[in-house]
Amino acid sequence: MTTRDLAVRYGFLLLLAALVAYFAIAADGFASPQSAVFIFQSVAITGVLALGVTATLVVGGFDLSIGSVATTAMMAAAYVMVIFEQNALVAVAACLLIGVVVGLINGFLIVYMRVPDLLATLGMMFLLVGLQRIPTEGRSIATGMTMPDGSVAGGTFSPAFLALGRHRFDFFIPNLIPVSVVVLLVLAAAIWFFLEYTRFGRMMYAVGSNERAAQLAGAPVKAYKIWAYVISGIFASIGGILLAARLGRGDIASGNNLLLDSVAAALIGFAVLGAAKPNAFGTAVGALFVGILLQGLTMMNAPYYTQDFVKGIVLVVALVFTFALSNAGRR
Amino acid sequence: MGKEAVFGIAGLRKSFGSIEVLGGVGLALHSGEVTILMGANGAGKSTLVKVVSGVYGLDAGTMTLEGKPFDPQTPAEAIRAGVVTVHQNINDGVVAALDVATNLTLDRLNGAGASFFFNPRRIRREAKEVAERMGLTIDLGAKIPDLSLADRQMVAIARAMAHQPKVLILDEPTSSLSSAEANRLFTLIDRLKAQGVAILYITHRMSDIRRLADRIVSLRDGVIAGTFDDKPLDYEGAVNAMLGRKVGIGQVAIREAGKEVFSADGLRIANAAKPFSLALGDGEVVAITGLVGVGKTALAETLFGLRKPLEGKMTLGGAAYAPASPRQAIDAGVFLVAKDRAESGIVPDFNIYENISLPFLDRISRLAISRRGAERRIARRQIGDLGIVCRTEKDDMSTLSGGNQQKVMVARWMPEQARLFVLDEPFQGVDIAARRDIAAKLRASAAGRATLIFVTELDEALETADRILVMSEHTIVGEHRNASLNMERLLAEIAGQPAQSAA
Repeated sequence: MTTRDLAVRYGFLLLLAALVAYFAIAADGFASPQSAVFIFQSVAITGVLALGVTATLVVGGFDLSIGSVATTAMMAAAYVMVIFEQNALVAVAACLLIGVVVGLINGFLIVYMRVPDLLATLGMMFLLVGLQRIPTEGRSIATGMTMPDGSVAGGTFSPAFLALGRHRFDFFIPNLIPVSVVVLLVLAAAIWFFLEYTRFGRMMYAVGSNERAAQLAGAPVKAYKIWAYVISGIFASIGGILLAARLGRGDIASGNNLLLDSVAAALIGFAVLGAAKPNAFGTAVGALFVGILLQGLTMMNAPYYTQDFVKGIVLVVALVFTFALSNAGRR
Repeated sequence: MGKEAVFGIAGLRKSFGSIEVLGGVGLALHSGEVTILMGANGAGKSTLVKVVSGVYGLDAGTMTLEGKPFDPQTPAEAIRAGVVTVHQNINDGVVAALDVATNLTLDRLNGAGASFFFNPRRIRREAKEVAERMGLTIDLGAKIPDLSLADRQMVAIARAMAHQPKVLILDEPTSSLSSAEANRLFTLIDRLKAQGVAILYITHRMSDIRRLADRIVSLRDGVIAGTFDDKPLDYEGAVNAMLGRKVGIGQVAIREAGKEVFSADGLRIANAAKPFSLALGDGEVVAITGLVGVGKTALAETLFGLRKPLEGKMTLGGAAYAPASPRQAIDAGVFLVAKDRAESGIVPDFNIYENISLPFLDRISRLAISRRGAERRIARRQIGDLGIVCRTEKDDMSTLSGGNQQKVMVARWMPEQARLFVLDEPFQGVDIAARRDIAAKLRASAAGRATLIFVTELDEALETADRILVMSEHTIVGEHRNASLNMERLLAEIAGQPAQSAA
């Protein structure tokens, strides 16, 4: 293995380790369990969305609707509990259903209507951003809100649902790990195993790399593509559930950054271990990388408005790693 | 030749890296004549066209136009000098977003002297002139996407003719036209001939050649293998020169077929094609040969469930066989190594063993979980069996030579027992040693299945098959045992001679 290969393979992880070491020394309190948990928590929702979009990247597609699926799911959860006065289980089921349906529609548009993936999911994004505002006439949903017809909503966010956002598990230290972090870790492990170790995951990579070859090897290419969008939709709706549980209301203005942050995490993931292709482990590391960088900089008193700029730099550097240095550049 | 040639090429050489594609080509075109250029895949036709049209520079040799040296550095320069090319891909010749009139005058919108403003009325007037000169009857206001392929082709040619060229090169212009559409094109070509244009017409289609040819030039392995201009033209000779039958080919030991494995009855795979029947037996290797575009790939795709026959029945192992998808074909035991491995075979992101396990991953996996150990074991055995040259089974496909890549494509299907194994152009872009390896492996493993290969090159059929079937115009026109076969008849059938012997 040449130095260049080594640099491509381990360069990004090395950069991550160096970053952690630097912050641990330079920023007081960075090297603590609480700080680590905070980082995980800050990237949990974008991480879940990024894992979903990774599935669509694997089949050679893209899903721009994930951010709006998440916010739609959040609004739906709030609506179901506050206005329909249902319990947490119904709210979660409604969100997942939205994810599945949107995924199926995306897949249908792309596979059967032959709309290019970026355009189909862009259209879906618009549609959902608009749709989630219609039932409440553009208002955010909170306990005790006034309805358009003047009545007052009778439901509340159920405690069980809020626990998804606020409960913390004991882990050596009492009340350490929030539910959202556990969800992130479980989903990351699940999608990683699915993509790397099941034949379905392998065939999805085959579809993304050479669709015709996969078809001629007997793979139901259309089904795989649709499934990828369903996975993406489900993951995005889970992200939406976590968001709703964390905020405790259906906030019309939240979730603006979700799409860009999660796509960035998935793309940064290309650079991890020199994969040069979408992969679940890389996506998780990509999300963490951004989280660590922002946490460290914040602890060193960098102003909040520099955050997007920093994310942009990380993304560009990662893309250079992927395309200029690795073999993928030749393709 | 009595007349002075308007366009001449002498000693033209062109290499890409260490591979010489054109090795000293000489050619003369006369005004008012159609010269047909024939050549198998990889003979160097497209390279020749690209050199003449200024896309590639030449390594050695000279080109002359009307007695003056001609050495275009860019396509635009070639066009200005009067050598105009209409490329094979019709849609490259027209701009889909613009209407017919604008397309016809497109080249006047660029270059010195073009007006800054776009004047639709003037465009329409100029387009009308062009159309009239060419006898074009297409609505000038029509949008390109609304036109048939033939009409688009007419527009592309008319647009080329707007330059009033001395030499017109048509690269397989009828490859996607129906015969009625082709006839309109031929009328147009007659008109151009009458105007004194020298035409170089590249094609495989015998019907085109019979209709148009004043002269036939056969290109083989980058050199002119034969020029035919004595009337009546020797079509068989031209095909023979193009396919370049070599003497002393290693003869195969012919085997008799066992019991029938596959049969097709009254199969029709294209409109206006004659139905044909086909029977393949256990243990035999059958080659179907024929020129490019006679329906070989269509038949292969029909067998593999990628398209449905228009008529007719197929039986496999005694049961009716009508696959609706490749999956169903594979499950029934029909495997296909598709043509053009880069496009339809290789998964570039996968290494060798992942490429080999692709079609049968479900059988190798346990509870949907893939077992890489088993995959690698299978791949290692195939690498040994077929003599794939690589370091390990984890190598990238891009590190392999063309021949070894093709071996991987074959290896993919070998671990499971096929009932019918179909290979479409398995020797394309494969070096001679790998070709021998693959052929030997196919013959050695032939027992227990029927093997069907589709090849354009006659040599490949002669080297591999027990039986050779000839395809022409989407039907099977001849059958030969590959022992003391009647070469004259075989070549005549390939050339599409009135077939007394149609199967």
